[in-house]
Amino acid sequence: MKPGDDLKKIIYKRKNTGKNILTFLVVIWFIVLVMVPIYGILRQVIRNGMNIFITSVSTPAAGHSFKLTLLLTITAIVINTIFGTIVALVLVKQNFRGKLFLEGLLDLPFAVSPVVAGFMFIILFGPKGWLGNWFHAYNIKIIYALPGMIIATLFVTLPFVAREVIPVLSEFGLEQEEAAYILGASKWQTFWRVTLPSIKWGLVYGITLTIARSIGEFGAVLVVSGSIINRTQTATLHIHQQFTDFNYSGAFSAAMVLALLSFTILIIMKCLYKNKEAQ
Amino acid sequence: MVKFLMKSNKSDLVLRSLSLFYLGLLIILPIAAIMSEALKGGLINLWNNITLPQALFSLKLTFIVAIIIVFINMITGTATAWVLVRYKFPFKNIMDALIDLPFAIPTVVTGIMLVTLYGPKSLIGAFLGKYGIEIIFDKPGIVLALLFVTFPFVVRSVQPVLLEMEPDMEEAAMTLGASPLTIFFRIVLPSLTPSILTGAALSFSRALGEFGSIVIVAGNIPLITQVASVYIYGEIESYNIQGALGLSVVLLIISFLILLFLNFLQSWSKKHETWR
Repeated sequence: MKPGDDLKKIIYKRKNTGKNILTFLVVIWFIVLVMVPIYGILRQVIRNGMNIFITSVSTPAAGHSFKLTLLLTITAIVINTIFGTIVALVLVKQNFRGKLFLEGLLDLPFAVSPVVAGFMFIILFGPKGWLGNWFHAYNIKIIYALPGMIIATLFVTLPFVAREVIPVLSEFGLEQEEAAYILGASKWQTFWRVTLPSIKWGLVYGITLTIARSIGEFGAVLVVSGSIINRTQTATLHIHQQFTDFNYSGAFSAAMVLALLSFTILIIMKCLYKNKEAQ
Repeated sequence: MVKFLMKSNKSDLVLRSLSLFYLGLLIILPIAAIMSEALKGGLINLWNNITLPQALFSLKLTFIVAIIIVFINMITGTATAWVLVRYKFPFKNIMDALIDLPFAIPTVVTGIMLVTLYGPKSLIGAFLGKYGIEIIFDKPGIVLALLFVTFPFVVRSVQPVLLEMEPDMEEAAMTLGASPLTIFFRIVLPSLTPSILTGAALSFSRALGEFGSIVIVAGNIPLITQVASVYIYGEIESYNIQGALGLSVVLLIISFLILLFLNFLQSWSKKHETWR
């Protein structure tokens, strides 16, 4: 026994009551704030019964909205994975003037209110906007149509992949890539064989975050889409529509589906995170 | 060899142009467009739009609720991180995993959940309604929704710092007879300050911009429950672009300031690391 161990024991004992009270308070706060609302919606859906749940989730408008959300999510994954990786590569491996400025800009989509984000795109791509002007001349609709919704989704999910890949890339360093290069690999080969495997988990984690946000995005998409039933309504907009139409069982059922989906994504994310940490 | 790799060549230039194109199209251009549109009408016009009674009220309400929830989050978030790192209790791992749930759940779903739980027809809502307390479609609902969606921010920024903290200083203080509270306030809290402030700034930023959960929980009642984002949405809906521009510019400028503050905090905590 080391000297002082006795003393520690006494002090830890003294702290125990405070410890228990604090733990109790924290757990209660978490349960009341986060878990009880989730239980609330589950109870509501169960009380309504399985039949109402299935009929309200399988209406044409609901089906269309889920499909549209799926489409937006896949588009966001593909485009943001490619560009997010490129942005991360450029910010980590290159030096140029204005780099710090670009890196600061990267976080902006997290800081801007989704409604303001949507509004920015209305101004830019609206019929009188700088770019909207041009698209208007060719009769291409961006606002209140699919392209605008894609752009809004890309904006709100833009930082995820880049932000997850940047730290992995900076820790990875240059040595292995240099080795590959010395051994005669082309830049392209080096990327596919050396760089990509090393950033794999960061990439996967970034994509998971992108999926969660694309499914859940509401404000930005609502503003640019105009929420037209069966045309520009995503799952979250559908829930909002059902709620404002006082069709509560429809809103609860669709909300339940999204809640389950996000719960599943969270579990997957936690498992992936363990892999990422292990690497 | 290294020199050759580092040299700017064609593929580097292509990648750099692609990033500039992407960030330019999605971030720089939209912000430039909204700022120029706002300035087009003149600063006086912009100011008048911001100081309309309804706009000013929504801005004030947004700030007040944001400050309230930031204050609560700083305390509960730090306590949660502390308990999760330092103590052992049943189901700790499950709770640790579920902390992120508010980030994963779509904000509209959050709003719907709170309505089913506290709405006028629910058990709790009906009970409180008897005493004239309304949660849903009133201000308490806004606070509740914001507390839900911002809950993980402080926890997740404080937790890693606490995990890396060596207990030797605390043990030294303890053997010298300091009480647990003294140890916390004199030794632990100063090292945690940058991370608590980071979480607070993130919560504040989210609270200012939050829309989905609030529009469901509090509705859109001017001069009662209308927060800034809901006000902007209402103006866009009624095609009043000028009205929406005023508050949008205010929120955008605050977002910039928060990003700058977060940058400052990051360099501060880095300095802290080298000191120790």
